[in-house]
Amino acid sequence: MEQTLNNKTMKITVQRYRPEQDEKPWEQTFDVPYHNETSVLEALFYIKDNFEPSLSFRWSCRMAVCGSCGMMVNGVPHLACKTFLRDYEGKDMKIEPLANFPIERDLVVDLSDLIEKIERIKPYIIPAPKDKNMPLTKSFKQTPQQMEAYLQFAQCINCGCCYAACPQYKLNPKFIGPAALTLLYRYNIDNRDGGQKLRLPFLNAEEGVWSCTFVGYCSEVCPKSVDPSSAIQLGKKMSATDYVFKMIKPEE
Amino acid sequence: MEKYLADVAIVGAGGTGLRAAIAVAQANPSLRVALISKVYPMRSHTVAAEGGAAGVVRDDDSYQKHFEDTVAGGDWLCEQDVCEYFVRHTAEELYQLEHWGCPWSRKPDGSINVRRFGGMKVPRTWFAADKSGFHMLHTLFQTSVQFPSIQRFDEHFVLDLLEEDGVCRGVVCYDLQNGVFRQINAKAVFLATGGAGRAYAFNTDGGIVTGDGIALAYRHGVPIRDMEFVQYHPTGLLGCGLLMTEGCRGEGGVLYNKDHYRYLQDYGLGPETPVGSPKNKYMELGPRDRLSQAFWNESKKGRTIKYPLGEAVLLDLTHLGEKYLHERLPLICELAETYSGVDPVKQPVPVRPVVHYTMGGIETNGRTETRMEGLYAGGECASVGIHGANRLGSNSLVETIVFGKVAGDAMAERAMSIKNVYESAELDRQAEEAEKRALSLFDVKGGESMSKIRSEMGNSMEEGVGIYREEEGMQKTIDTLKALKQRLPNVPLSDRGRVFNTEWMNLIELGYTMDVAQCMVHSAINRKESRGSHQRLDGPNGAYKQRDDVNFLKHSLAIYNKETGLPDISLSDVKITTFQPAKRVYGAEAEAAEAARKAKEAK
Repeated sequence: MEQTLNNKTMKITVQRYRPEQDEKPWEQTFDVPYHNETSVLEALFYIKDNFEPSLSFRWSCRMAVCGSCGMMVNGVPHLACKTFLRDYEGKDMKIEPLANFPIERDLVVDLSDLIEKIERIKPYIIPAPKDKNMPLTKSFKQTPQQMEAYLQFAQCINCGCCYAACPQYKLNPKFIGPAALTLLYRYNIDNRDGGQKLRLPFLNAEEGVWSCTFVGYCSEVCPKSVDPSSAIQLGKKMSATDYVFKMIKPEE
Repeated sequence: MEKYLADVAIVGAGGTGLRAAIAVAQANPSLRVALISKVYPMRSHTVAAEGGAAGVVRDDDSYQKHFEDTVAGGDWLCEQDVCEYFVRHTAEELYQLEHWGCPWSRKPDGSINVRRFGGMKVPRTWFAADKSGFHMLHTLFQTSVQFPSIQRFDEHFVLDLLEEDGVCRGVVCYDLQNGVFRQINAKAVFLATGGAGRAYAFNTDGGIVTGDGIALAYRHGVPIRDMEFVQYHPTGLLGCGLLMTEGCRGEGGVLYNKDHYRYLQDYGLGPETPVGSPKNKYMELGPRDRLSQAFWNESKKGRTIKYPLGEAVLLDLTHLGEKYLHERLPLICELAETYSGVDPVKQPVPVRPVVHYTMGGIETNGRTETRMEGLYAGGECASVGIHGANRLGSNSLVETIVFGKVAGDAMAERAMSIKNVYESAELDRQAEEAEKRALSLFDVKGGESMSKIRSEMGNSMEEGVGIYREEEGMQKTIDTLKALKQRLPNVPLSDRGRVFNTEWMNLIELGYTMDVAQCMVHSAINRKESRGSHQRLDGPNGAYKQRDDVNFLKHSLAIYNKETGLPDISLSDVKITTFQPAKRVYGAEAEAAEAARKAKEAK
């Protein structure tokens, strides 16, 4: 890559915070050389290798699928590996940890709340009684259309960008939030699943879909076009139907 | 130090580790499983696997065909008994994942669809578009959360194995989030830490693929097998090395050189198949080692295309059309556009070979047991024996679940047979020693640079142990690695903190990778023949250019020598059951060979 470095440099300001030393976050600015293909992640590599080895950030795959490198770039949640310096040409860049999560260290946030919510909503197939002992020699029938219904909502990489964008999550951290609600909806509409009833309480709860005010910023920032906001609106429909259904036919 | 007493400790929470954890939990819910991973499970590099997972389901397919493809694809360096087990258990594991919610791509009638893959006689690769690993990993992770007996230790980095009386009884790790050390004792320890592609400068791998588990086992004297076999995937993007799945060619993608010539026909893979009519085991559907070697030769002939980021050939998918490409290869379209600025719908994608997979690994038997009692290994970090000298695409993704399950069952059995949890002053002492060793890195006052050492290692591996190899180049790499290893203890840490200190962790990782790199090159220089992905250009009168079954139809074993700090290389037998070594052929030559064999059998 070295040979394609041109003379361009960008002023990049990175938010720092070392819990054992710093009382509060502070900023550090670097001049980073770049070329047409340089991603924000590669700019961070450059900073770590050449200026500041103590800078901490998460990363792994470099191809926008592992979900490690969500961070704020000029105030907007992005995957560092899928964001390029060329798109900020002529501007300065500021990199901060994902908003709305506690900061653990530098650009590393504490994601345990997101992980707990993903775990909470029962993100797995709960087979209907008739399917419980399906032999391992056959599959469920699932037509391409049936798969199409949920597939987009199964593309979430758990990067946390949508939580950093969500104004409701900021106000009320109890809100289950975009990624986990999307996953809930994904399993509820999978024709292999029989566990809808067990997930509905999470959907219907105060911190479930009804907390969402349909700002839609989550879908705008989602690096995988999962469109959580649309999953949540569909979830509202499901929740409302469940409500009406219960009015007519209360649970035995 | 905080201590956790487990029945089973699993290091690595990718496809293999998660599958093993679930198997233990299902075998006996009262067994405590510690699932330790240096990243959150869904970040594991299984996530990046694209093309799919092999499993025999079609009427025109058979276990025998998959077995033969695998063994011949591995240039007869496979453990044939293990392969026999493997091919018979792929489909059930793939169905299991389907029942757990994996969105395998379907035929219009709602049944499972399969695609063509390189080196496979029949289409048998299950796929979830081109995000097969992603969907498998998330399905496994999400399924795992319903088992309360699985206690996760996310973002915990393993520093050492605990060993007493020759038995593996636990691990010691560093909790990145809290900056503390934890000792985890267990009746069985499973290494499922993935490969070591980061030993090379140009690779498809994530930053976490640093060979940790291989190095941990190696340092404890466990043999590391067949490390010279490093897979170059023929189609990586220039610059970043990101993978363009073999599924591209399975779906009908073709490769051109600079003269718009389908050069593979010059390398025993022809005759040329018409564009849009891919044929199994012909041309672009040859195996990865052959395709990468063909690129190397094209480059020597000056028939590649030169770009600012390096030499390339063209992967052309344009004839497949937008609708089909977006349905079957959506990630490929996204990656090519994002990282190379090329839309595969409209233009061919410049690609070149790139390090992708570690065929060798920790030696295990078919039950994933290593030679150290209590220690198991599976997935890319292990050598269970199904890849031999060249892995066929889509065999490793299914390996993760087949042998993850085997390991989980085997470890549950062992854990249930041992009454008491291991606890001893000796284990505590070892854990404290490991902590001290890790902390001593903070006292270093040298002037070396970690990033320099890392890139010198990566470049030296590319030069010395690349697609084609010669004694002189390999020796140079051996010398370079030795010198780099001497420099490593002089890297000072500027980060003095304990919480999420990635500089510190990366330094320890680099030590792991360096050990694995040494296993690779020392095994390679000892193998004086050409087989699979290990191709030599030297020897008296070029003798090493040929496969040599008389001397080298053997596995290589790299065993750590405490005195020299280097691996001692020895050979071990290959298990051959029914499929005798023959010439490895593809294209028309393969068909002729098969016809001849059938005619002979008929007599």
